[in-house]
Amino acid sequence: MEASAQPAISLRDVRRDYRDFPVIRDVTLDVAAGQTLSVLGPNGAGKSTLLRILATLLRPTAGQVEVLGSALPNQAWKVRGRIGYLGHEPLLYRELTIRENLEFNARLHGVEDPAGRIAELVERAGIARRADEYVRNLSAGMLQRAAICRALLHDPELLLLDEPRSHLDVAAAGEVEEMLGPAPGRTRVLITHDVEQGLEAADVVLALAADGAVAYSGPAGGISSAEARAVYGGGVVR
Amino acid sequence: MRAFRAILAKDLRTELRTLESVPAMALFAVTTFVLFRFGLDRKELEGSLAAGVLLATVLFASLLAINRVFVAEREQGGFDAIRLAPVDGTALFAAKVTVLVIYLTALELVAVPMFAFFFGGTEGMFVLVGVLLLANVGVATLGTIVSSIAVNSRARDLIAPLLLLPLLIPLMIAAAGAAEPLLAEGGPSYDDLGKWTAVLALYDLVFIALGYAVYDFLLED
Repeated sequence: MEASAQPAISLRDVRRDYRDFPVIRDVTLDVAAGQTLSVLGPNGAGKSTLLRILATLLRPTAGQVEVLGSALPNQAWKVRGRIGYLGHEPLLYRELTIRENLEFNARLHGVEDPAGRIAELVERAGIARRADEYVRNLSAGMLQRAAICRALLHDPELLLLDEPRSHLDVAAAGEVEEMLGPAPGRTRVLITHDVEQGLEAADVVLALAADGAVAYSGPAGGISSAEARAVYGGGVVR
Repeated sequence: MRAFRAILAKDLRTELRTLESVPAMALFAVTTFVLFRFGLDRKELEGSLAAGVLLATVLFASLLAINRVFVAEREQGGFDAIRLAPVDGTALFAAKVTVLVIYLTALELVAVPMFAFFFGGTEGMFVLVGVLLLANVGVATLGTIVSSIAVNSRARDLIAPLLLLPLLIPLMIAAAGAAEPLLAEGGPSYDDLGKWTAVLALYDLVFIALGYAVYDFLLED
């Protein structure tokens, strides 16, 4: 993906602790606007924590975080609404339908023509026929598709994706790949356990070790599939 | 305003579908009146006793809604969804206060007639409704602030009442001071009504201002 010179994400020695226990440590990297960052690492390495910091939902314990030109957490208000976040939780209300949830989020984000945008997204996600079903009745795969629609509703500049293929069958994974893939002006951060997919999609790779330390941080071409896999077993790349 | 309206509409729609809060509050209030009716063995209540029974019942019933007002936000990711949007935290605060005021008013539409049915004293009820509305704003405002603090705790059902009830003592004193002469034996009296309603209004304003000032900080991790 072609990138501009302005970094969309800039991290300097970022650390996050939970009760004196470091979850991520000394993460330093730059991601230019329009690029894709793949975050790899074993369970508990702090990948989702890093994503929540970038989404303005968590404060770093130490270090400097700059997202879309604004320093976090102090200028979080400047970037909220420009970020699309797909985490482990769908962030949808169980007692509302998919459409009502999307309308609610569209109103929060001030989306123009919310009905048209929702119709377009549910069609692309393959859930148009089920858009008026209550969220509490949906399967995990349908819930994931609805959550993807929610994350894309306001056409965000920065897309934060935590295992976006979770719960999706092969066909659905292909469909949402088109929705979540690279797009002009869109920067992506992708957490995945599919090492090959992560490396293929990435311009920049961050591999976190089980203790939250950085095992690799740099261009995607600088780490092989075998080296990335070794990180899951405790290896450090160079 | 669009965020305020969106959150308010979402909460009211959810309540109309699930009927989780208002019916439970109304049932609690009616049951409590029945208990007082037989516990006190009185067919009529007047003055301070009448005011105390009515206000304490409404206050304890309100805890049911206050404990639940942020449960969906906490358990279904509403806090994150709202924090990801370009909206001021005070929109959430204002929407939740409004939701609680509506719930409390709906409760009183049932509780006040039921109180009159069990204990008599209908003459001062119209003015009493005004006093209750002022009290509702204070309970809802402080309830929203305290519930926001308690919702992230596993002991939220305990923490909210423990924090809230002592802070509501001044409001109860003022509301009881205004309600007592309205429910007096021999008909309502309006002595000191202005003083106590002014205290209630001041209490409401202080906590609305406090909530407006601190609510963005309460939402951050």
